[in-house]
Amino acid sequence: MAEHTGEPHVSNRFYVVIALILAVLTAIEVMVFYVEALAAVLLPILLVLMAVKFALVVMFFMHLRFDSRLLTGILVWGLFIAVSITLALMAVFGKFAG
Amino acid sequence: MHGPTSTGIPTRKLGMWTFIGSECMLFATLISTFLIYRGRNVVGPYPEELLNIPFITVTTFVLLMSSLMMVLALAAVQRGQRRASLLWLFMTALFGLIFLTGQYIEFSHFVHEGLGLSRNLFSSTFFVLTGTHGAHVAGGVIWLGTLWILALRGRLSPERAETVEIAGLYWHFVDVVWIVLFTIIYLLR
Repeated sequence: MAEHTGEPHVSNRFYVVIALILAVLTAIEVMVFYVEALAAVLLPILLVLMAVKFALVVMFFMHLRFDSRLLTGILVWGLFIAVSITLALMAVFGKFAG
Repeated sequence: MHGPTSTGIPTRKLGMWTFIGSECMLFATLISTFLIYRGRNVVGPYPEELLNIPFITVTTFVLLMSSLMMVLALAAVQRGQRRASLLWLFMTALFGLIFLTGQYIEFSHFVHEGLGLSRNLFSSTFFVLTGTHGAHVAGGVIWLGTLWILALRGRLSPERAETVEIAGLYWHFVDVVWIVLFTIIYLLR
Protein backbone atom coordinates (compact mmCIF):
# COMPACT_ATOMS: atom_id res chain seq x y z
CA MET A 1 0.00 0.00 0.00
CA ALA A 2 1.27 3.40 -0.93
CA GLU A 3 1.67 6.26 1.46
CA HIS A 4 -1.39 8.45 2.02
CA THR A 5 -0.79 11.94 0.61
CA GLY A 6 -3.62 13.47 2.67
CA GLU A 7 -6.20 16.07 1.82
CA PRO A 8 -5.72 18.51 -1.07
CA HIS A 9 -3.60 21.55 -0.18
CA VAL A 10 -6.14 24.05 -1.49
CA SER A 11 -9.73 24.15 -2.74
CA ASN A 12 -10.84 23.32 -6.27
CA ARG A 13 -11.85 26.96 -6.71
CA PHE A 14 -8.26 28.03 -6.12
CA TYR A 15 -7.05 25.66 -8.85
CA VAL A 16 -9.64 27.09 -11.25
CA VAL A 17 -8.44 30.63 -10.48
CA ILE A 18 -4.84 29.59 -11.25
CA ALA A 19 -5.99 28.03 -14.55
CA LEU A 20 -7.86 31.23 -15.46
CA ILE A 21 -4.75 33.29 -14.77
CA LEU A 22 -2.75 30.93 -17.01
CA ALA A 23 -5.33 31.33 -19.78
CA VAL A 24 -5.29 35.13 -19.48
CA LEU A 25 -1.49 35.23 -19.53
CA THR A 26 -1.48 33.06 -22.68
CA ALA A 27 -3.96 35.43 -24.32
CA ILE A 28 -1.73 38.39 -23.40
CA GLU A 29 1.30 36.60 -24.90
CA VAL A 30 -0.49 36.14 -28.21
CA MET A 31 -1.84 39.73 -28.22
CA VAL A 32 1.65 41.09 -27.56
CA PHE A 33 2.95 39.01 -30.48
CA TYR A 34 0.58 40.79 -32.87
CA VAL A 35 1.27 44.35 -31.65
CA GLU A 36 3.95 45.78 -33.95
CA ALA A 37 4.63 48.70 -31.59
CA LEU A 38 5.90 46.22 -28.98
CA ALA A 39 8.28 44.42 -31.36
CA ALA A 40 11.34 46.01 -29.75
CA VAL A 41 10.42 44.73 -26.28
CA LEU A 42 8.77 41.48 -27.38
CA LEU A 43 11.57 39.27 -26.05
CA PRO A 44 11.60 40.50 -22.42
CA ILE A 45 7.79 40.64 -22.23
CA LEU A 46 7.38 37.09 -23.54
CA LEU A 47 10.15 35.73 -21.32
CA VAL A 48 8.60 37.28 -18.21
CA LEU A 49 5.10 35.98 -19.08
CA MET A 50 6.56 32.52 -19.80
CA ALA A 51 8.41 32.51 -16.46
CA VAL A 52 5.28 33.55 -14.55
CA LYS A 53 3.21 30.78 -16.18
CA PHE A 54 5.98 28.26 -15.50
CA ALA A 55 6.17 29.33 -11.84
CA LEU A 56 2.39 29.20 -11.35
CA VAL A 57 2.20 25.60 -12.59
CA VAL A 58 5.14 24.30 -10.56
CA MET A 59 4.18 26.18 -7.40
CA PHE A 60 0.47 25.39 -7.30
CA PHE A 61 -0.37 22.52 -9.67
CA MET A 62 2.84 20.61 -8.83
CA HIS A 63 2.51 21.75 -5.19
CA LEU A 64 6.11 22.91 -4.76
CA ARG A 65 4.71 25.84 -2.76
CA PHE A 66 3.54 23.37 -0.13
CA ASP A 67 6.17 20.60 -0.45
CA SER A 68 9.68 20.02 0.87
CA ARG A 69 12.29 22.57 -0.20
CA LEU A 70 14.48 19.67 -1.28
CA LEU A 71 12.13 19.12 -4.23
CA THR A 72 12.34 22.80 -5.16
CA GLY A 73 16.13 22.47 -4.99
CA ILE A 74 16.12 19.49 -7.34
CA LEU A 75 14.04 21.38 -9.92
CA VAL A 76 16.02 24.61 -9.59
CA TRP A 77 19.31 22.74 -9.97
CA GLY A 78 18.01 20.97 -13.09
CA LEU A 79 16.78 24.29 -14.51
CA PHE A 80 20.08 26.00 -13.68
CA ILE A 81 22.04 23.40 -15.64
CA ALA A 82 19.46 23.48 -18.46
CA VAL A 83 19.62 27.26 -18.85
CA SER A 84 23.42 27.17 -18.57
CA ILE A 85 23.63 24.56 -21.34
CA THR A 86 21.38 26.66 -23.57
CA LEU A 87 23.24 29.94 -23.01
CA ALA A 88 26.66 28.31 -23.35
CA LEU A 89 25.79 26.58 -26.62
CA MET A 90 24.24 29.74 -28.04
CA ALA A 91 27.37 31.69 -27.12
CA VAL A 92 29.65 29.03 -28.66
CA PHE A 93 27.67 29.16 -31.90
CA GLY A 94 27.79 32.96 -32.01
CA LYS A 95 24.10 33.68 -31.41
CA PHE A 96 24.97 36.63 -29.15
CA ALA A 97 27.54 38.11 -31.51
CA GLY A 98 26.62 41.32 -33.28
CA MET B 1 4.06 -0.94 1.81
CA HIS B 2 6.94 1.37 2.59
CA GLY B 3 7.98 3.09 5.76
CA PRO B 4 9.28 6.59 6.45
CA THR B 5 12.27 7.82 4.45
CA SER B 6 15.32 9.76 5.65
CA THR B 7 14.19 12.83 3.67
CA GLY B 8 10.56 12.61 4.77
CA ILE B 9 9.61 12.49 1.08
CA PRO B 10 8.13 9.31 -0.42
CA THR B 11 10.78 7.56 -2.52
CA ARG B 12 8.65 7.44 -5.70
CA LYS B 13 7.91 11.16 -5.46
CA LEU B 14 11.58 12.01 -4.95
CA GLY B 15 12.40 9.78 -7.92
CA MET B 16 9.87 11.56 -10.14
CA TRP B 17 11.27 14.98 -9.22
CA THR B 18 14.80 13.75 -9.96
CA PHE B 19 13.55 12.46 -13.32
CA ILE B 20 11.95 15.85 -14.00
CA GLY B 21 15.25 17.56 -13.17
CA SER B 22 17.04 15.37 -15.70
CA GLU B 23 14.32 15.96 -18.29
CA CYS B 24 14.96 19.71 -18.00
CA MET B 25 18.45 19.02 -19.33
CA LEU B 26 17.17 16.82 -22.16
CA PHE B 27 14.80 19.51 -23.39
CA ALA B 28 17.51 22.16 -22.89
CA THR B 29 19.73 20.41 -25.43
CA LEU B 30 16.88 20.18 -27.95
CA ILE B 31 15.84 23.81 -27.40
CA SER B 32 19.48 24.91 -27.72
CA THR B 33 19.78 23.12 -31.06
CA PHE B 34 16.54 24.72 -32.27
CA LEU B 35 17.72 28.21 -31.27
CA ILE B 36 21.22 27.79 -32.71
CA TYR B 37 19.87 26.84 -36.14
CA ARG B 38 17.01 29.35 -36.12
CA GLY B 39 17.12 31.65 -39.15
CA ARG B 40 19.83 29.63 -40.91
CA ASN B 41 17.61 27.89 -43.44
CA VAL B 42 19.00 27.76 -46.95
CA VAL B 43 15.79 26.45 -48.55
CA GLY B 44 12.10 26.92 -47.79
CA PRO B 45 9.37 26.59 -46.80
CA TYR B 46 10.25 28.97 -43.99
CA PRO B 47 8.60 28.84 -40.54
CA GLU B 48 6.93 32.26 -40.85
CA GLU B 49 5.08 30.93 -43.90
CA LEU B 50 3.66 27.91 -42.12
CA LEU B 51 3.33 28.47 -38.36
CA ASN B 52 -0.35 28.93 -37.51
CA ILE B 53 -0.39 30.92 -34.26
CA PRO B 54 -4.20 30.96 -33.70
CA PHE B 55 -4.40 27.17 -34.16
CA ILE B 56 -1.47 26.48 -31.81
CA THR B 57 -2.88 28.93 -29.26
CA VAL B 58 -6.02 26.78 -29.07
CA THR B 59 -4.05 23.53 -28.57
CA THR B 60 -1.86 25.31 -26.00
CA PHE B 61 -4.99 26.37 -24.13
CA VAL B 62 -6.23 22.76 -24.23
CA LEU B 63 -2.98 21.46 -22.71
CA LEU B 64 -3.02 24.17 -20.02
CA MET B 65 -6.57 23.23 -19.08
CA SER B 66 -5.59 19.54 -18.97
CA SER B 67 -3.32 20.48 -16.06
CA LEU B 68 -6.36 21.87 -14.27
CA MET B 69 -8.22 18.60 -14.92
CA MET B 70 -5.23 16.66 -13.56
CA VAL B 71 -5.06 18.58 -10.33
CA LEU B 72 -8.84 18.22 -9.88
CA ALA B 73 -8.45 14.45 -10.44
CA LEU B 74 -5.81 14.26 -7.70
CA ALA B 75 -8.00 16.27 -5.31
CA ALA B 76 -10.96 13.94 -6.05
CA VAL B 77 -8.85 10.83 -5.36
CA GLN B 78 -7.53 12.34 -2.13
CA ARG B 79 -11.12 13.04 -1.03
CA GLY B 80 -12.28 9.55 -2.02
CA GLN B 81 -14.69 10.88 -4.67
CA ARG B 82 -14.68 7.99 -7.15
CA ARG B 83 -17.01 9.44 -9.79
CA ALA B 84 -15.18 12.76 -9.82
CA SER B 85 -11.86 10.90 -10.06
CA LEU B 86 -13.11 8.99 -13.10
CA LEU B 87 -14.42 12.16 -14.74
CA TRP B 88 -11.30 14.30 -14.26
CA LEU B 89 -8.85 11.53 -15.18
CA PHE B 90 -10.86 10.92 -18.36
CA MET B 91 -10.99 14.63 -19.18
CA THR B 92 -7.23 15.01 -18.63
CA ALA B 93 -6.49 12.14 -21.02
CA LEU B 94 -9.06 13.47 -23.51
CA PHE B 95 -7.49 16.94 -23.52
CA GLY B 96 -4.10 15.29 -24.00
CA LEU B 97 -5.48 13.42 -26.99
CA ILE B 98 -6.93 16.65 -28.42
CA PHE B 99 -3.50 18.26 -28.11
CA LEU B 100 -1.89 15.30 -29.89
CA THR B 101 -4.50 15.48 -32.63
CA GLY B 102 -3.63 19.15 -33.09
CA GLN B 103 0.03 18.25 -33.33
CA TYR B 104 -0.77 15.57 -35.93
CA ILE B 105 -2.75 18.11 -37.99
CA GLU B 106 0.12 20.61 -37.78
CA PHE B 107 2.74 18.02 -38.76
CA SER B 108 0.59 16.79 -41.66
CA HIS B 109 0.10 20.34 -42.91
CA PHE B 110 3.85 20.98 -42.81
CA VAL B 111 4.66 17.77 -44.71
CA HIS B 112 1.91 18.54 -47.23
CA GLU B 113 3.53 21.93 -47.83
CA GLY B 114 6.88 20.26 -48.51
CA LEU B 115 8.43 20.70 -45.07
CA GLY B 116 9.57 17.17 -44.30
CA LEU B 117 11.89 16.15 -41.47
CA SER B 118 15.08 16.66 -43.47
CA ARG B 119 13.94 19.57 -45.68
CA ASN B 120 15.86 22.31 -43.83
CA LEU B 121 17.35 23.18 -40.43
CA PHE B 122 14.05 24.48 -39.10
CA SER B 123 12.12 21.34 -39.98
CA SER B 124 14.75 19.00 -38.50
CA THR B 125 15.00 20.83 -35.19
CA PHE B 126 11.26 21.60 -35.04
CA PHE B 127 10.09 18.03 -35.63
CA VAL B 128 12.62 16.53 -33.19
CA LEU B 129 11.82 19.07 -30.46
CA THR B 130 8.02 19.06 -30.71
CA GLY B 131 8.00 15.35 -31.57
CA THR B 132 9.91 14.54 -28.38
CA HIS B 133 7.42 16.61 -26.43
CA GLY B 134 4.52 14.90 -28.23
CA ALA B 135 5.97 11.49 -27.32
CA HIS B 136 5.97 12.58 -23.68
CA VAL B 137 2.32 13.65 -23.98
CA ALA B 138 1.44 10.29 -25.58
CA GLY B 139 3.18 8.46 -22.72
CA GLY B 140 1.22 10.56 -20.25
CA VAL B 141 -2.09 9.77 -21.95
CA ILE B 142 -1.34 6.03 -21.71
CA TRP B 143 -0.40 6.44 -18.04
CA LEU B 144 -3.66 8.34 -17.38
CA GLY B 145 -5.55 5.56 -19.14
CA THR B 146 -4.13 2.97 -16.75
CA LEU B 147 -5.08 5.16 -13.79
CA TRP B 148 -8.60 5.53 -15.16
CA ILE B 149 -8.93 1.73 -15.37
CA LEU B 150 -7.68 1.44 -11.78
CA ALA B 151 -10.26 4.02 -10.70
CA LEU B 152 -12.97 2.17 -12.63
CA ARG B 153 -12.12 -1.03 -10.74
CA GLY B 154 -12.28 0.83 -7.44
CA ARG B 155 -8.55 0.44 -6.83
CA LEU B 156 -7.73 4.14 -6.56
CA SER B 157 -8.56 4.85 -2.94
CA PRO B 158 -7.30 7.91 -1.00
CA GLU B 159 -4.56 5.66 0.40
CA ARG B 160 -3.21 5.31 -3.15
CA ALA B 161 -3.41 9.00 -4.00
CA GLU B 162 0.38 9.15 -4.24
CA THR B 163 0.13 7.08 -7.44
CA VAL B 164 -2.02 9.79 -9.02
CA GLU B 165 0.15 12.57 -7.57
CA ILE B 166 3.25 11.15 -9.29
CA ALA B 167 1.44 10.81 -12.62
CA GLY B 168 0.24 14.38 -12.10
CA LEU B 169 3.79 15.65 -11.57
CA TYR B 170 4.76 14.10 -14.92
CA TRP B 171 1.72 15.57 -16.65
CA HIS B 172 2.28 19.07 -15.27
CA PHE B 173 5.93 18.89 -16.32
CA VAL B 174 4.84 18.09 -19.88
CA ASP B 175 2.62 21.18 -19.61
CA VAL B 176 5.41 23.49 -18.39
CA VAL B 177 7.71 22.26 -21.16
CA TRP B 178 5.04 23.28 -23.67
CA ILE B 179 4.73 26.69 -21.98
CA VAL B 180 8.40 27.20 -22.85
CA LEU B 181 8.16 25.69 -26.35
CA PHE B 182 5.08 27.74 -27.26
CA THR B 183 6.98 30.95 -26.51
CA ILE B 184 10.29 29.94 -28.08
CA ILE B 185 9.03 28.27 -31.25
CA TYR B 186 5.88 30.21 -32.10
CA LEU B 187 6.04 33.66 -30.51
CA LEU B 188 9.68 34.77 -30.46
CA ARG B 189 10.64 36.31 -33.77
